[in-house]
Formats: sequence, C-alpha cells, structure tokens
Amino acid sequence: MTENNGEIRKMMIILSKASIENVYAAFVLANGARMEGIEAEMFFTFFGLEAIHNKKLDHLHVATVGNPAMHMPTMLGGLPGMEALATSMMKKEMEKLDMPEVREFLEILKASGVKLWACKLAMEMFHYEKEDMFPDLDGVITVGDFYKQATGIGAHMLFI
Amino acid sequence: MEKLIANKQIQVNEEGYLANFSEWNKEVGEAIAVEAAIDLSPKHWEVINYIQDEFKKESPLSIRKIGKSGVVDIKEFYALFPNAPLKTATKIAGIPKPASCI
Repeated sequence: MTENNGEIRKMMIILSKASIENVYAAFVLANGARMEGIEAEMFFTFFGLEAIHNKKLDHLHVATVGNPAMHMPTMLGGLPGMEALATSMMKKEMEKLDMPEVREFLEILKASGVKLWACKLAMEMFHYEKEDMFPDLDGVITVGDFYKQATGIGAHMLFI
Repeated sequence: MEKLIANKQIQVNEEGYLANFSEWNKEVGEAIAVEAAIDLSPKHWEVINYIQDEFKKESPLSIRKIGKSGVVDIKEFYALFPNAPLKTATKIAGIPKPASCI
C-alpha cells in the first residue's frame, strides 16, 4: 500500500447478479469512481449479463426471496406479483433521488468513460450473441483479458 | 481558512471550495481554473454559468442533470473538466462541492 500512497486509480467491478439492487450498487460505484477522477471498468458475468442484455435490462427486478433486508417472510416474497410490487416501489424512490433507469444509467456510464465488458464464458453458457447486448458494449472478453485490463498502480477489483 | 486568489483574500474550506459564493468573480474562477490546469473556453463558461444558475435556484446537481442541461452532454463535460468533472467545475464556479452520489 506504500506505492502511490494507496490511492485508488482504477476500479474493476465484476457484476455477477442482475437483481436491480445489485445492478444499481455496481453502477453507482462505477459512476462514483469516474466522478472522482478514478478510471472504471465493468465485467458482466453469469446473471450479471442480464443488466446488459438488450431485451432484459429494462425489466430487472428486486430480489424479494432470500433477501433478509426486505423484512418480509421468505414465503411472502415468493407470492405472485411481490417482486413487481417491490420493484415499482423501489423505482419510485430512486426516481426521487434522480437515479436513472438501467438503460439510461448504462448510457451515462459509457459517456463517462466506463468500459463495459461481457464475460465470454457466460455469454456462451447463456447462448447470447454480442448483437443481443447493449449496443455500446466494449467487447466480449475472457477473465484473463479482464485481469490484463486491470494492469497498473492503484487498480482495485470488486465482486458484486 | 483564507486563501489569496486573484489578489483577493477569500474564505475557502480545506479542499479549496469557496465558503461564500458572494466572494466569487470571474477572475477568482479563472485563478481556480489555472490551479486545476484548465484553460477556460467560452464553452467552459457556459457550463459554469449553468451550474451557478442551478445553485442559485437551490437545485441539486448531478451528472445526470448536467447531461440533460442542454448545455453539454456528459462526454463533453468530461472532456471539458477531465478528472472529477463536477467537483472541478463547482470549485471553479465558486459553489460547494455537490454531495450527490450520482
């Protein structure tokens, strides 16, 4: 931590989930980095790919099951319509805070210089093609490629 | 604390943001821009004026709002004020650092 005084120069954020609370956490961290003059790159893997899948990214949900912070019994969370209800409530609150929708947030990230990468292995697993994804994606790469992107002093990696 | 900016003693906080917007003038803005290694163009001034207008309206600033301002888009904003654009632009504009996370 002595080199560069431990200052963060680059955030490498891996998103492996697509429940809306995780997606927003990752996006806010990436955007927040750029706002501070820190570089940021994102790697979307496994279910995280849904956050950049063109047909799915506008329909992400809050996880109501297996989420202790929802403060509702797990069985209730599984009832029909519960996810949609929790999602629309959360979206209303986020709009009040001037939080953009997922697609607009991706556009903001791109315009801010965040690099967006899709995981090659996960793309193959889900049978997705690059054409299925958010058009401004920087590319489909391997884990090794992503690690290479992190080269340099002050790079930090975060798994969500 | 006090700092000498453009030959004026001005109250600033520890990060160099002006304590009182009333002490700001164009020369002060220019001097802060020089410190941030930014050469102010007419486009920079358009953005600074917009930011100051929003501040006077007490409307909180965010990167999303800048993008929707009609003055600059987000890409341009980052190009004009590289490295922490909103922080740098508000400092030059003489207003407090935005507390928003977005």
